[in-house]
Amino acid sequence: MIWNEKYECMDNKSKKELQVRRLQNIVKFAYDNVPFYRRHFDEIGVKVDDIQELKDIEKLPFTTKTNLRETYPFSMFAVDDDEIIEIHTSSGTTGKPTVSGYTEKDINIWAEIIARAIVMVGGGSKDIIQNCYGYGLFTGGFGVHHGGRKVGATVIPISAGNTKRQIEVMVDFKSTILTCTPSYALYLSEFLEKEGFTSKDINLKAGLFGAEMWTEEMRKELESRLNIDALNIYGLTEIMGPGVAQECLIKDGLHISEDHFYPEIIDPDTLEVLEDGEKGELVLTTLTREGMPIIRFRTKDLTSLNREKCECGRTTVRMSRITGRTDDMLKIRGVMIFPSQIEKALLKIDGLTPNYHIIVTRDGILDEVEVEVEATSELFSDEVKVLEELENRIANHIHKEIGLRVNITLAEPNILPRSEGKAVRVTDKRNFN
Amino acid sequence: MIKQLSVFIENKEGRLKKAIDILSMANINIRALSIADTSKFGILRLIVQDLSKAKKILEENNFLVKETDVLAVEIPDEPTGLNKILNMLDKSKINLEYLYAFVGSKNNQAIVIIRVENIEEGLKALNNGDANILSQKDIETF
Ligand SMILES: [Zn+2]
Repeated sequence: MIWNEKYECMDNKSKKELQVRRLQNIVKFAYDNVPFYRRHFDEIGVKVDDIQELKDIEKLPFTTKTNLRETYPFSMFAVDDDEIIEIHTSSGTTGKPTVSGYTEKDINIWAEIIARAIVMVGGGSKDIIQNCYGYGLFTGGFGVHHGGRKVGATVIPISAGNTKRQIEVMVDFKSTILTCTPSYALYLSEFLEKEGFTSKDINLKAGLFGAEMWTEEMRKELESRLNIDALNIYGLTEIMGPGVAQECLIKDGLHISEDHFYPEIIDPDTLEVLEDGEKGELVLTTLTREGMPIIRFRTKDLTSLNREKCECGRTTVRMSRITGRTDDMLKIRGVMIFPSQIEKALLKIDGLTPNYHIIVTRDGILDEVEVEVEATSELFSDEVKVLEELENRIANHIHKEIGLRVNITLAEPNILPRSEGKAVRVTDKRNFN
Repeated sequence: MIKQLSVFIENKEGRLKKAIDILSMANINIRALSIADTSKFGILRLIVQDLSKAKKILEENNFLVKETDVLAVEIPDEPTGLNKILNMLDKSKINLEYLYAFVGSKNNQAIVIIRVENIEEGLKALNNGDANILSQKDIETF
């Protein structure tokens, strides 16, 4: 079943025409109503009329999380305050949170995209949605709530926490769709087991899992434990909330609602737009949002786009599951590397600790990577030869595991740099300017 | 056969001095030392009078320390003294890893510390050559 065939299965030509028209409108709307955008566009001399085709979006500047913090709380709103009917914020782990304002039309669009998501995972008006996303400033709870009502499903607004009660409701109310973070779903499944229930005692058929990064292994685990289809939901407060993209039952990427959001993938270093299939940072533009139009928002999430038609019948572009954040990424000799990959490789060598320090330098045009690892009494030898062999063995192992040539340096135990109790993993000494 | 302390020295400024300072502050008498140095790390090798105390104090200061078996031999007081010792090992095809020498405080005899691949074989070769092999006790009172 497809909730909105007209927009989810558009042919390429009409989709592009619609997107160009909406892009022109939103750029003009943002320029006319948000001083930030007027200033931002004027600064680099780009005009609303410069947008003639989709590719022209590349002429526009990016919007970053910092920009949104600077306009805290309401300066990004494009309408009068009394037209804003709902406000959410993203969790402000560092500094001020970012605020998102919604008009009635925005809330309807949000409900629409969640409705598409629910139907995409096999849901409908007969379903009972146990919504364990938090109800509050966080977008998860209310997003699913609005969409569930639109589909005509029964929404149980149980919110997060109180696992014993969650299990009771799941069993007694016969919930059919579960919405929460994948890690909480795993916790619930373990709790069920502990309480003596099996997957036969519950009625779940699908889960909409998001708000954190997860893997295919986790999917398999959740599917077998709960006897469900475990599917990825993606979204972010700055753009709208969950539902910006949703995985269908084919489980090969998340369909982006392209009539409302325009995605691009950029190289986070050069900021150039990449080809389909290439991995990079996701950039999103809201095409229809009134309360807070957002142009080219840098999500910091790493993914790639696939425009092939999906077996489910939808023609909307699919993004791969999020595989990392640009904040954690290192680009070395043009290749994306995550410190966690190096950590994983190190832990496969007996005697090594998970304490390491990556130092990246640039000699001329070539990046050099040094990995300091802790020497342990298990590894320490009185012979130079043995220690040099050890360094080579570790370097070869990392090369084999992640395809990166590194130099290994043995360090004395307990002196690798740490800050606030958390180890400093990476020192990038390259000068990019 | 005697015990030597091997200390891992990271390739950072001041680490070698730190190790020596720690020992001298604890009044450990260093009889001999040598440093194996590569571009990336060093190994400090020490002959000390109070081995277990030295090891403990270094470890308390986060140094990586290991006890290694080495041979200590008195060098005969003649021009070819060291040659004689090395010939004994060579004849028995004993692989030498490293050696360093120091002068004893009692009557200025030269003593050489030898690390070989196979310590038992090395010991046998020196015994057969009638070398004056020193014990841990000898070193501590020398
Ligand atoms: Zn699909």
